[in-house]
Amino acid sequence: MLNPSQYPWADGDTLGQHFESRGVTRRDFLAFCAEMAVILGLGSAAAPRVAKALQSVKRPSVIWLQLQECTGCVESVLRTAEPTIGDLLLDVVSLDYNHTLMAGAGEAVERAKQAAMAANKGQYLLVVTGSVPTKEDGIYTVVGGRTAKALLEEAASGAVAILALGACAHWGSIQAARPNPTGAVGVREVIKDKPIVNIAGCPPIGDVVTASVVHYLTFGRLPAVDGEGRPLFAYGKRIHDQCSRRAHFDAGQFVEAFDDESARKGWCLYAVGCKGPETFSPCPIFQWNTRTSWPIGAGHPCLGCTEPFFWDTMTPFYGRLPNLGGIAVERRVDTIGAALAVGAAAGVAVHATGTILTQIRRRKATQQIPETSPDEGPRHG
Amino acid sequence: MARTKVVVDPITRIEGHLRIEAQSENGRIAKAWSSSTQFRGIEIIMQGRDPRDAWAFTQRICGVCTVVHAVASCRAVEDALDIRIPANANTIRNLVHGMQFIQDHVIHFYHLHALDWVDVVSALSADPAATAKLAQTLSPWPNNGEAEMRAVQARLKKFVGSGQLGIFANGYWGHPAYKLPPEVNLLAVAHYLEALDWQRDVIRLHTVFGGKNPHPNFLVGGMASAINLDSTATINAERITDINSMIKHAREFVEQVYWPDLVAIAGFYKEWGAIGGGVPNFLACGEFPEADVRDLDKLYFPRGIILNRDLSTVHEYDHKKVQEFIHSSWYEYPQGADAGLHPFEGETIPKYTGPKAPWTYLQDEPKYTWMKSPRYEGHPMQVGPLSRMLVAYASGHQDVRELVGAALGKLKVGPEVLFSTLGRTAARGIETVLLARKMEQWMGELTGRIRNGDVATFTKDKWEPSTWPAKTQGYGYLDAPRGALGHWVQIENGKIARYQCVVPSTWNCSPRDAQGHEGPYEAALQDNHPLLDPERPLEILRTIHSFDPCMACGVHVLDAEGREVVEVKVQ
Repeated sequence: MLNPSQYPWADGDTLGQHFESRGVTRRDFLAFCAEMAVILGLGSAAAPRVAKALQSVKRPSVIWLQLQECTGCVESVLRTAEPTIGDLLLDVVSLDYNHTLMAGAGEAVERAKQAAMAANKGQYLLVVTGSVPTKEDGIYTVVGGRTAKALLEEAASGAVAILALGACAHWGSIQAARPNPTGAVGVREVIKDKPIVNIAGCPPIGDVVTASVVHYLTFGRLPAVDGEGRPLFAYGKRIHDQCSRRAHFDAGQFVEAFDDESARKGWCLYAVGCKGPETFSPCPIFQWNTRTSWPIGAGHPCLGCTEPFFWDTMTPFYGRLPNLGGIAVERRVDTIGAALAVGAAAGVAVHATGTILTQIRRRKATQQIPETSPDEGPRHG
Repeated sequence: MARTKVVVDPITRIEGHLRIEAQSENGRIAKAWSSSTQFRGIEIIMQGRDPRDAWAFTQRICGVCTVVHAVASCRAVEDALDIRIPANANTIRNLVHGMQFIQDHVIHFYHLHALDWVDVVSALSADPAATAKLAQTLSPWPNNGEAEMRAVQARLKKFVGSGQLGIFANGYWGHPAYKLPPEVNLLAVAHYLEALDWQRDVIRLHTVFGGKNPHPNFLVGGMASAINLDSTATINAERITDINSMIKHAREFVEQVYWPDLVAIAGFYKEWGAIGGGVPNFLACGEFPEADVRDLDKLYFPRGIILNRDLSTVHEYDHKKVQEFIHSSWYEYPQGADAGLHPFEGETIPKYTGPKAPWTYLQDEPKYTWMKSPRYEGHPMQVGPLSRMLVAYASGHQDVRELVGAALGKLKVGPEVLFSTLGRTAARGIETVLLARKMEQWMGELTGRIRNGDVATFTKDKWEPSTWPAKTQGYGYLDAPRGALGHWVQIENGKIARYQCVVPSTWNCSPRDAQGHEGPYEAALQDNHPLLDPERPLEILRTIHSFDPCMACGVHVLDAEGREVVEVKVQ
């Protein structure tokens, strides 16, 4: 999504023609589709359907706003890669605005953004990284003389849908940690009239982002989400239920101190603070950086970074979770994932209709930060 | 002659939100202001937390240089608690930080800085055969053949022909300040694309030791990645082999692509060796401890201070001489607006006094940024690769002297060109080459210790808060890719009482102080600096990008009482 791909996609080409012109074999393409189908939870049998849909799709415009943030989410998407075909995905859209990579600056890029938003009104995907500071009329993040809130509202008004990418855009993240000095909130607190998918995590795994975009292009709608607005195909299960160290938990084999004998055997990190039992995330399955490893795989407890308010609810990070008993494999009840694979092969349109998009579940009322004072300490001690 | 007011906001191809304002006159910049327009308040948030968690909080200051705050934080807490980490943990941190440097500098050169010098549209008219021939005189890199160049150009043609220019839309293509022949432009575009793939591979070193990138995991007292050659769940021979291949890949690309490209492009822009020098003082806090972090004689890049461009004397750096001022910044001090506070006494109470957004200009405002003004004994200081290389050069560092000498010889210029926009960009390349070579040695030391049975990665003596003094404080230094970084922590009764960071981009993007001394960005833009066309401020981007700004890093705030006191006065 980020680079001017090595394999530019000319206007009017379908993705199928585009693959052909860049020398992607049919076999590679189908292998890629099978992989995407699996990531999306459709099973490899759905690969032909994904292939058929992707081949006829044309690339949509993407506007990427960076608000109150650290740029880690942009970096994470930069790391997205499958060995031979990954950068293809980065090319599935036309990235018409992004601070980190645009050649021009100042007025020039503002004009480019306005032109893209006007030309694709009602059709472009809006990607947002970063939170929105709301205190003091939003003066804590100002770009080109305008507040983050004003920029978000303007860009959202013409968007077909919003991908809120990362914990900051999701719920405010570090800026919103107690005492939230700037009044930082996530996109959903500002924009109420557009479908929003929260790609949770600090940062999220880049592959979840690309898979969400493929889902949108393939099925003409955003992926089904849980009560937090997170795509089920990625966030539908707890880390604890997918963890490669789970057998050690069940056997009562715990790391009691870092680098002790049990740590060197790869036992369960629950006793040194792992938040896997309360965290819904694809880390154990997708893994990080072209499937090289993941936090627990590298010996460190999960911080719970895909969960809202984790800076307050999951700290101290090395404190053990209380009351953990009777964990069983289970899914959240407030999901609508069942229909995901049904009827998805219908002709693909970039212009997802409002009707389809309203199938996205209404989100629960926003959680509040736990009302604890610094003296009382965090919830998990 | 009337001056033209210039605004460049957003400055793109950086981390974060930076606004540059200037006044230009007769094709030159007369005055400049740098303004940071984002504030997050992370240090307020730190108060009352467990110090062992601090690395994770401060790491989120920046997702680009995603390692540096975490390591500086661990060092600050380890200093406060007198924790000595095992040699393996120190080496692993060097490897992780070293790869951060290498990956970050290469990304900066190709994806953030190159388009200031490289005209992408001009590459369309290059002769691919001539490009390949030129490339092969520069380096033995195998992907520099005619077929590769032809393919890149064909793709570029199709891209431009599509009319959908994406991130290249409204670039300053055809600007007269672009000087490269089409063939060099094409070569640079080819490597821009290749570097995107390369960076994804080499950064996996972070994932092996820290589980993910961005934001890999760290640990006060060492590293969490245990070593056991007989386990599938730890650092073992398979992981070590993978790391060795990344280190090799990193070195090959740096030596055969990045460095030759940098030297070749610099050859066409030698006049930039006399532009944008700015602040003549340089600070390096030193980095890559090859023994305990407290042993300052065992730093690969030495620490020191250079004043007034005088390379004959390297002054000692003492963190106690660092102070922060708020003369031009949207904060207030209980001690008064003119006070300078050491980070251990640091106070930051945000007090916005700028115009109500949307605004047009900040340059007429007495206060114009969220950046504070750090000063060393009252001097504004440049930090970053140039500071490090100058301090090392002046200290007689053999590796640095050799490479600097070779580069100057190749370009047929004297050392005075280092004090410039070009000098900052060249210094970044020089240290990348040195580190790309150094990684193999560090990895050799790690495997050597493992071979001898030393697999310790963590020291647990002071892990439990019951072993801590009731009240203590510590300083963690780290010379990050963008320059000298300091974390100062005060711990009381097991909790963080005060936390303060002074960050590279705070030094470089600092505003004017009470004496009227501009910060390094501002001074550089006012130093013999051209601006041909205020509507297309390409030259401003060159100089600002030569610092590699990281704005989210630069703005931070501490409030000792954790108060949430903000008064906003809209003028």
